[in-house]
Amino acid sequence: MFVQSFFQNLLNALQWGSFYALIALGYSLVYGVLLLINFAHGDIFMVGAYIAFFLATLLLGQYAFALPFALPPMAVFVITVLLTMALTACVGVTIERVAYRPLRRKGASRLYVVITALMCGLVLENGNLMLLGANRRSFPELLPTAVYSISGINISNIKILVIIATVCVFLLLETIVRRTKLGMAMRAISYDRMAVPLMGIPLDTVIVFTFVLGSSLAALAGVLFAIAYPVLEPYMGALVGWKAFIAAVIGGIGEIRGAFMGGFLLGFVEIFVAAYFPSTLRDLIAFSILLIFLSIKPTGIFGIARATKI
Amino acid sequence: MRRFTSLILYALLSLVIITAAQGRWVNPYILQIAMFVGINIILSTSLNLVNGYMGEFSVGHAGFMAVGAYITSVLNVWLFSSTKVFGPAVLSPSSAIYLFPVTLILGGIGAAVVGLLVAIPSFRTRGDYLAIITLAVNYIVKSSIENMQVIGGARGFMGMSGIVNAMQEVVNVPWVLIWVLTSVGVTVWLLHRFVNSTYGKGIVAIRDDEIAAEIMSVDTRRMKIVAFMLSSGLAGIAGGLFAHILGYINPGTFTIMKSTEALVMVYLGGMGSLSGAILSAVSLTLILEFFRPLQVAKWVVVPLLLILLMLFRPEGIMGHREFTDVFPALRRFFPSHGKEK
Amino acid sequence: MALLEIREMTHFFGGLRAVYNFNMKLEGGELLGLIGPNGAGKTTVFNLVCGFYRPTEGEVFFQGSRTDGLKPHEVTALGMARTFQNIRLWNSLTVFDNLCISQHHHLGYGLWDAVWRTGRYQENERRVRRTAEELLEVLGLSHYAMEYPKNLPYGFQRRVEIGRALSIRPSLLLLDEPAAGMNPAEIEELIELIRWIRKEFELTVWLIEHHMRVVMNVCEWIKVLDFGETIAEGPSEEVRKNPRVIQAYLGEEEPAYA
Repeated sequence: MFVQSFFQNLLNALQWGSFYALIALGYSLVYGVLLLINFAHGDIFMVGAYIAFFLATLLLGQYAFALPFALPPMAVFVITVLLTMALTACVGVTIERVAYRPLRRKGASRLYVVITALMCGLVLENGNLMLLGANRRSFPELLPTAVYSISGINISNIKILVIIATVCVFLLLETIVRRTKLGMAMRAISYDRMAVPLMGIPLDTVIVFTFVLGSSLAALAGVLFAIAYPVLEPYMGALVGWKAFIAAVIGGIGEIRGAFMGGFLLGFVEIFVAAYFPSTLRDLIAFSILLIFLSIKPTGIFGIARATKI
Repeated sequence: MRRFTSLILYALLSLVIITAAQGRWVNPYILQIAMFVGINIILSTSLNLVNGYMGEFSVGHAGFMAVGAYITSVLNVWLFSSTKVFGPAVLSPSSAIYLFPVTLILGGIGAAVVGLLVAIPSFRTRGDYLAIITLAVNYIVKSSIENMQVIGGARGFMGMSGIVNAMQEVVNVPWVLIWVLTSVGVTVWLLHRFVNSTYGKGIVAIRDDEIAAEIMSVDTRRMKIVAFMLSSGLAGIAGGLFAHILGYINPGTFTIMKSTEALVMVYLGGMGSLSGAILSAVSLTLILEFFRPLQVAKWVVVPLLLILLMLFRPEGIMGHREFTDVFPALRRFFPSHGKEK
Repeated sequence: MALLEIREMTHFFGGLRAVYNFNMKLEGGELLGLIGPNGAGKTTVFNLVCGFYRPTEGEVFFQGSRTDGLKPHEVTALGMARTFQNIRLWNSLTVFDNLCISQHHHLGYGLWDAVWRTGRYQENERRVRRTAEELLEVLGLSHYAMEYPKNLPYGFQRRVEIGRALSIRPSLLLLDEPAAGMNPAEIEELIELIRWIRKEFELTVWLIEHHMRVVMNVCEWIKVLDFGETIAEGPSEEVRKNPRVIQAYLGEEEPAYA
């Protein structure tokens, strides 16, 4: 019985951690390149979920006008995911262009950019609330849920999908960062921001690329989250966003594998604390663990303390 | 005499406000906004000590505010009123009038002690990692309160209006307003003197170059403890006052959202500028009130305004400067101030 | 009692041996130079002595008390001041404030006095300010007292940093490459300055330098470091001719190919 509940929780933790990991990756990517905590990122995730909602309902013909053709469910899913990623990336890049870049050009202290990011998050959240109202939206069923029971452990196809998608994204990102030219440029920027433009690397292109990557990952997390927990509301991004940021930091912010590990770690802590303690203690215990962890290892799991040369 | 000019002016202004409140010349709504302006001034100036002058990025100021609010409120309700949970009043309710400042300060001390939770990790941790620690402390405080059923848990805690009434029964003046004005005065005066002394400038040295500060004789650990405890203690006092203005508090008030408000005020005003922090606390509170009729749209319009402001003034309203740098003529009223020898 | 005594100081960075078996004794009043090729561990020696690193092995005594294991500000309070290779002034504070804050260890008042502006505060603050003013005066920097260090020419920044170190009222002054990045005229001034400081403030000066002109003109005794080990030591003229030193600086003599 114990073993069963353990493995059930493990699976849940993997799924829950996947969402954190996907969003944390976006934080880490942007941080690695710009040293900017993009606090609007959690809300980008929310925007992604909403875009997916409108696309899915449109494609499923749930509006007043029906589409002239009916698409097979799988096609609807794939189109939704891809279009959502593309559109959300546009939102992310727009924010970069409109709010962050001018500040960067003016040489503002990076903390002012962080505050601007917080403001952008508020605009997205409350803009959504203003336009669409406070009522929750239920996400249409894109994929038929199937639950397999293996020796008492419930495994749904959606959980498997989420976990596999996250692992694939991680591997893909690692490859992009290590093997492609743009990825290497991203790494170069995180080492030395001043030297990169002098070496003829187009700084702005790399930054835009980073935001495209980060935002589309948040969008992917949004779609998957909406499929797994099909209730959408404007503030869904805020708390998840903060926690994903924490995950990114636990892993060592700026590190891709750090964000990945940190996301899963936070997922595990939260699910297991909730499973074995009263749920009201979840935040208390999770954050106390975080506090102790960071006091012992101040730069996160993979973060390396930059030695200051004097 | 000149060195007292600003003090006397502030006392006069306070007297005018108190008289206006006493004579009921202004409606209670405006009075409440005035008190919130005061609370926000304390919050933004005290956060500015850590975020502006010391250059750390604390994002959990509301947590300290919560500690102060709860300690002061619980002490007052326990001491001066009869409730089901705490039993009959320990002291006579009429003594609240004398002991209110004491409980307020105790709340501040409690918050300062919680501030150690951030101060001690700050010896080894800097920047964004420390930001997470402050965030975690904010969550821990909020979550701990939610789990303490004795003080109402997530439902909140009330009974502070009874205390205020008890105070007003003895002498009928707007006590909360008086204490808000006093605290604002004391906070600004204290921080102004601190950051203008060579002792206090040690924390600016930490911001500029911590290693050089440590090697060139600044006890960085002690200065960090002083800065964090001072900042969180003042936030605690703001919390205690806040609880007595509303008469009711719940942990949901002291979230990241509240911390964010304080953060925005600091960076809007300008890092390391006291007058900037005051100016932005006043203007932001008033702007938020002004746009209240917009309801939800308020939280779209105000952030957009702030983004625009950042684009035009990427260093905040005042930048690093103080009011006296912009209007040097004022400098003679602040003899201890900055740039003269 | 020796002013500074270092016994068998060794330091490792992970597996890298940065300083090995470093011994030294300063009686007070010397003008000592520490030279060696880049990466020889010179700055590490300074960092170990001033308490920024803790030596893996060995002991450091300053003013008769053991200082390895103390925090840097505690060592500084005993009367050791230093400058940095890359100037590390507090750039958002004025030159004047830079020289005041460095007296933090003997301010003589605390938070309470600062807030209440007690007599103790007034008195000590006046003393601190006077010290800073006097130092700026003698270093010829009075004119720049209210400037921000980053706006000053490089040579002046170096001078401010030396002033900041002097405001600590040290008995031992460590100068880490004071001539780096200076033009020949500034170097001449620097040489004069170091000599004058040592006489005026009755200091012991220990400096790291690459400029042979500075080292040979200023230092009476030179210690040469290579790969963390002391390879030579002695009066400047002797060291200059020492074959091991020449070899460390210039490399092995190439065999003559026909």
